[in-house]
Amino acid sequence: MTHVFSMLVENHQGVLSRIAGLFAGRGYNLESITAGVTTDPQISRITLVCKGDDNVIDQIKKQLNKLIDVIKVNDLSALASLNRELALIKVRAKPNQRGEIFQVADVFRARVLDVGIDSMVLEVTGSSEKIDNFAAVLQPYSIREIARSGLISMERGKKQATEPVRQRKGASEKLNDDFKITIA
Amino acid sequence: MKINGAELFVKALKAEGVRHLFGFPGGVVIPVFDALFSETEIQVILTRHEQGAVHAADGYARSTGKTGVCLVTSGPGATNTVTGIATANFDSVPIVCFTGQVSRSMIGNDAFQEADIVGITRPITKHNYLVLDRKDLGRVLKEAFTIANSGRPGPVLVDLPKDVILEKGDDEYPARVSIRGYNPVLKGHPNQIKKAAMELKRAKRPLFYVGGGIHIAEAVEIFRKAVKKTKVPVVHSLMGIGALPGDDPLCLGMLGMHGTYAANMAVTGADLLFGIGNRFDDRATGELSKFAPEAKIVHIDQDPVSISRNVPVEVPIVGDARLVLEQLLPLLEAPKISDWIEQINKWKEEHPLEVRVGGGTEASKANKATAGGARNAARGKPGRLRPDRVILTICEVFPDAIIATEVGQNQMWTSQFFTFRHPRSLLTSGGLGTMGYGFPAAIGAQFANPDKRVIDIAGDGSIQMNIQELATAVHNNLPVIVAILNNGYLGMVRQWQELFFDKRYSSTCLMTGADCPPQCKGPSDHCPVYLPDFVKLAEAYGAVGMRVFEEKDIKPALTEAGRIKDRPIFIDFIVEREFNVFPMVAPGAGISEMMFSEGRQG
Repeated sequence: MTHVFSMLVENHQGVLSRIAGLFAGRGYNLESITAGVTTDPQISRITLVCKGDDNVIDQIKKQLNKLIDVIKVNDLSALASLNRELALIKVRAKPNQRGEIFQVADVFRARVLDVGIDSMVLEVTGSSEKIDNFAAVLQPYSIREIARSGLISMERGKKQATEPVRQRKGASEKLNDDFKITIA
Repeated sequence: MKINGAELFVKALKAEGVRHLFGFPGGVVIPVFDALFSETEIQVILTRHEQGAVHAADGYARSTGKTGVCLVTSGPGATNTVTGIATANFDSVPIVCFTGQVSRSMIGNDAFQEADIVGITRPITKHNYLVLDRKDLGRVLKEAFTIANSGRPGPVLVDLPKDVILEKGDDEYPARVSIRGYNPVLKGHPNQIKKAAMELKRAKRPLFYVGGGIHIAEAVEIFRKAVKKTKVPVVHSLMGIGALPGDDPLCLGMLGMHGTYAANMAVTGADLLFGIGNRFDDRATGELSKFAPEAKIVHIDQDPVSISRNVPVEVPIVGDARLVLEQLLPLLEAPKISDWIEQINKWKEEHPLEVRVGGGTEASKANKATAGGARNAARGKPGRLRPDRVILTICEVFPDAIIATEVGQNQMWTSQFFTFRHPRSLLTSGGLGTMGYGFPAAIGAQFANPDKRVIDIAGDGSIQMNIQELATAVHNNLPVIVAILNNGYLGMVRQWQELFFDKRYSSTCLMTGADCPPQCKGPSDHCPVYLPDFVKLAEAYGAVGMRVFEEKDIKPALTEAGRIKDRPIFIDFIVEREFNVFPMVAPGAGISEMMFSEGRQG
């Protein structure tokens, strides 16, 4: 089963390597990992997606918690959480195909970042499934390159992951708005 | 006042009460050794290899509970500590290991003697640091000592770049630090403790199963009280040896691959297994599907990771073993288990740990004339020394010694035939299984326990892995006794080859020469009696060397060794070459499916 862990970690050198090394060394399956600083520059948030049966997930959670640089581990799959991924997709587009691709992009609320002589670059945000679907629809035009950010995730509602971390009000409102659009 | 990093390092060591530092110098740490040069409070012990320094710090820590400290240089100095660190990590030993590093501007440039030791040791330390800012040094040093010896202890490595060592800065060493990602749970959850006490009271066939955590948490005394109060029998892992005196009627001995019959049968028959500070390691459990099939499991451990990893646990309790037992003790009641005790006593009589005596006439304390004893009597060749007799005699002459072992047959025989009565009296590499551990660990333990007798029970294979530490022991006038059970083989591997690989002794004979027959399947008259000459080797270093061939000479040799107080003593016991460790559980079998001799299943 796929799980999403959202973690707060000390913004120390090597912390990402400690986590990635834990997965590699113990044979856990790591699907994606993203990291970024929080509003407190000493703390980073790491979101990771991993697969495993209940025992493995339980071990992963305990092993992550055991790392000294890990402050908090949230297992988001059990909670109502918001999951987003961003992808940049470069697709082959002859001038006569651009209109069609624009329409597809519109359906997926993707943005066109660049139009070249025979290619376009699209930006799409949403759940991993949505990005998979978008890529599948674009496949007939021939995708030249795809870059995915990996999942980032956050719990709904007012709860904060820890006291010292302040969420910027505007950012979370925007995320909520985005979510409404997706389910609409 | 402004002081340099090396001076702050010395200040930190003093503040932590460090009296002994095991080390080996090199280019980038010269300033640190220089700062230690005129120190009288801290004795710097020069080992002859960095691995020896770490094992010595490990033995020092295991025998006392104090943090062991070592200091080595960058590059090869640092990489030589890796086995020692992994050994300590596996067995939860508090060590702080300081490594030098090239100057910050050189890091990443493949500079001379540069190694990414923080990267290399990340998975084998509890935590590690590369100090990149002199401002952080005081805090990092304090964090290292705090983390190493709290919660589930373990090794912490601190990598010190040369220019950080030399940079002048703050002289402050904090009295305490708080680390927000690190808060070990100490007391157990009261409801879980109630539940555990209830399960024990209700059980019809309960069993304590204790591991090394009981020594680490200094919980032996309170555990013995709990046993006295409940009269519940006890099995222990290799690391749990000494939790209950080995000759206590309720102590069934070690469980697992080379455990006792009574211990393994009791685990298999128990309806409640009460684990304390153990890990349910595969050498203890055997095939998991056949492990304690009828038992509910209570598990007290400091590390949540150990709980429900290998076996599902009904009542998990995270906490410090001593504190949890203090909470638990008032709630404990003795269950009614006279039938169970009777059954266990039957198992004990059925297959005691045998001392198979050459000639078949003599019975030892551990062997009250059993069918098993007679069955195996034919195996011992007269005139050849038996390793179990050597260990029984060591136990007789030095009953209160601190015993270190190497790894392999010597380790298992020690666990079977030495009667341990005290906590922290066995130093052995249980988890990692590091050959070459015992001798340097014994040296470290001798520094920490100058008034005790420290003995390393070794094999002729293992002792050669860190034999250079003879010089350390001689130069420091340490009367460490090394009892070499010399069979000319890497005995445990040879035993497996004998049992499971049709006696194809591939690369396990330590006396193989160019004129040996190809594909040798056992010793012959052609073999040399010993190789190398450990007596001469000991003497070359200025130690005492003795050699024993006959059983009658064991005790006199040990007694003579006991009189020597100023030098290490090597006793080379030339033992029967193909003597095996039994009982044994074959790999993949359940622990109740034991072999008591070659080719026999009980």
